[in-house]
Amino acid sequence: MNASPPINNSEQAGDRPPAIRIRGLENRFGDFVVHEDLNLEMLQGEILAVVGGSGSGKSVLMRSILGLRKPQRGEIDVFGHRLDPNAEHHPELEHQVGVLFQDGALFSSLTVLENVEVPLKAHRPELNGKLRRAIARLRIGMSGLPVSAGDKLPSELSGGMRKRASLARALALEPKLLFLDEPTAGLDPIGAAAFDRLLLTLKQSLGLTVFLITHDLDTIYTICDRVAVIGERKVLTIGRLSEVERHENAWIQDYFHGPRARAAAQAGPSADNHARQPAGEH
Amino acid sequence: MQQPAELTIDLETPGLLRLHGDWTLAFAATRSEQLNEAKATLSQIDARTIERLDASGAMLLIQALQAHKLGADAIALRDEHRPLFEAVWSTLEQQEKAARTHEPPGWKKLLEQIGRAVIRVIDNAIDLVGFFGLTLHRLARTVLQPRRMRWTSLVHHMQETGFNAVPLLALLSAMIGAVVAFLGATVLRDFGAELMVIDLVVYAFLREFGVLLTAILLAGRTASAFCAQIGMMKGQQEIDAIRTLGLDEIELLVVPRVLALLIMLPALAVIATMAGLFGGMIVSVLSLNIGVELYIERVYQTIQLQHYLVGLIKAPIFALIIALIGCSEGLRVRGTAQSVGEHTTSAVVRSLTMVIVIDAAVYFMEIGW
Repeated sequence: MNASPPINNSEQAGDRPPAIRIRGLENRFGDFVVHEDLNLEMLQGEILAVVGGSGSGKSVLMRSILGLRKPQRGEIDVFGHRLDPNAEHHPELEHQVGVLFQDGALFSSLTVLENVEVPLKAHRPELNGKLRRAIARLRIGMSGLPVSAGDKLPSELSGGMRKRASLARALALEPKLLFLDEPTAGLDPIGAAAFDRLLLTLKQSLGLTVFLITHDLDTIYTICDRVAVIGERKVLTIGRLSEVERHENAWIQDYFHGPRARAAAQAGPSADNHARQPAGEH
Repeated sequence: MQQPAELTIDLETPGLLRLHGDWTLAFAATRSEQLNEAKATLSQIDARTIERLDASGAMLLIQALQAHKLGADAIALRDEHRPLFEAVWSTLEQQEKAARTHEPPGWKKLLEQIGRAVIRVIDNAIDLVGFFGLTLHRLARTVLQPRRMRWTSLVHHMQETGFNAVPLLALLSAMIGAVVAFLGATVLRDFGAELMVIDLVVYAFLREFGVLLTAILLAGRTASAFCAQIGMMKGQQEIDAIRTLGLDEIELLVVPRVLALLIMLPALAVIATMAGLFGGMIVSVLSLNIGVELYIERVYQTIQLQHYLVGLIKAPIFALIIALIGCSEGLRVRGTAQSVGEHTTSAVVRSLTMVIVIDAAVYFMEIGW
């Protein structure tokens, strides 16, 4: 929980440790090599989109950073702390990191409010029930859900509402770093756009750093500061959208210059020219 | 690594709170108490010396302000905290508006729950009757046009529900047979009527336990399996696919299952009865000093076909109940895994209840036989 001065431009952040720094990561399943000598640096306060073809290892990368998967080789630093690959738990990580899994992963037997209370109960036992519920309700409200949604079970919510409820749970412990695995997959375009706006608002008001796995070109063009392309077992390129687009790799050319990408580029403000507000301090 | 809570009351300006340090989730509990203690005189907050503020901290400040009906202008904030503060403020404001038109009193909720439960029971009953009729119609059509019959499916379910259940059913029935014999021996020994233990076991299994045990076991084993199988298919939209292909899900899925159970439950009941008699024999031989031959001879004397028919006549009724409830619950599954679980439980509970209630009812009707 370091005090983080606001940044106006990701390039000025050199004096602070990067949010995530990966060196020489190697992941393999048997003979199948997913990552080999993968390097990645993510700055504090940015929204980094991680894109790549199906099976390129985006989710494996996320699971490695979260300590859910032990990589064969490599170093991972989160906010300057080296992760011990053999540790079962990463207490220094758990308070700083929130995760939104692909299908929400809400506990199906608990109401939304109880779902959000779970991490608070586990990590902030000193809070009394009233205060804990108030904080949980605030999270649900900030995720854009009505109060009445708190008493519902996940199965009673629509796909978009489930994502929001899951986001509320991910934000419960005031994380600085948020992992999102395809947050807009399965949402209709209107719901997806609303979710994008919500992410941007939260990032600006809470000063979040966001690691965003996505296929959604609209999301990339609307809210992302930088893009990292995973392919050929490593990070092919990372940078501003305008730089990444120009990379000569065939997959990247197809991806960013296909018909869908052109439509998205015209519709959404490019990450380069939309006004970036200073992130709120934590 | 963080300094303790800091909150001072400015003595020169009454009601002015000066806040320092971290106002984050990590300290939310202490901060909340401190604010409560200081709240009595609150009229203004100077939060410019706060070092770190997060949404939980902002919420505490806003709650303190609102408790004194103070507006956002009563607090002085650092510029970088303002977006967060405003976001939390507007969220809480919206929630409060929504909360005002909420929450009926407790007794109304109780009434509502009772009403819903009653309607659900009635709905279930009507549904089951409707489903029964539908299945009968499809069954009749299948019988009249045998080429519609799914033979593979029928045989598969006969094996699953019947053949594969034999070892467990035989074991359970033998055990219950032994228990009945022991119970009888305990009571009848005082009268010197140990031989009557055999009559007890024979009557119990021919008339009641053979069929009832089978039905109870199948209610747990088969009703749940039917419900989960069909429920998963429903969840994967297989039922919708069946319909759009011009097929009939009742004919395809329900009829073979109902027929399989109609054939296998009576057969299993015979096995259960034999196993029960065998269990009774073991106890008689080992602890009552009744020889095997005497036991068998006594069984022959006691058995009347009438008793067995009274028992077996219930078998097809139970088979229908179990298969129909299992399948209809399966078809009522909606999407999620949670729903599959709920309906499977409900299938088992409902079929067990129905089996036992009907068994008791039939017993009363035939009591003079």
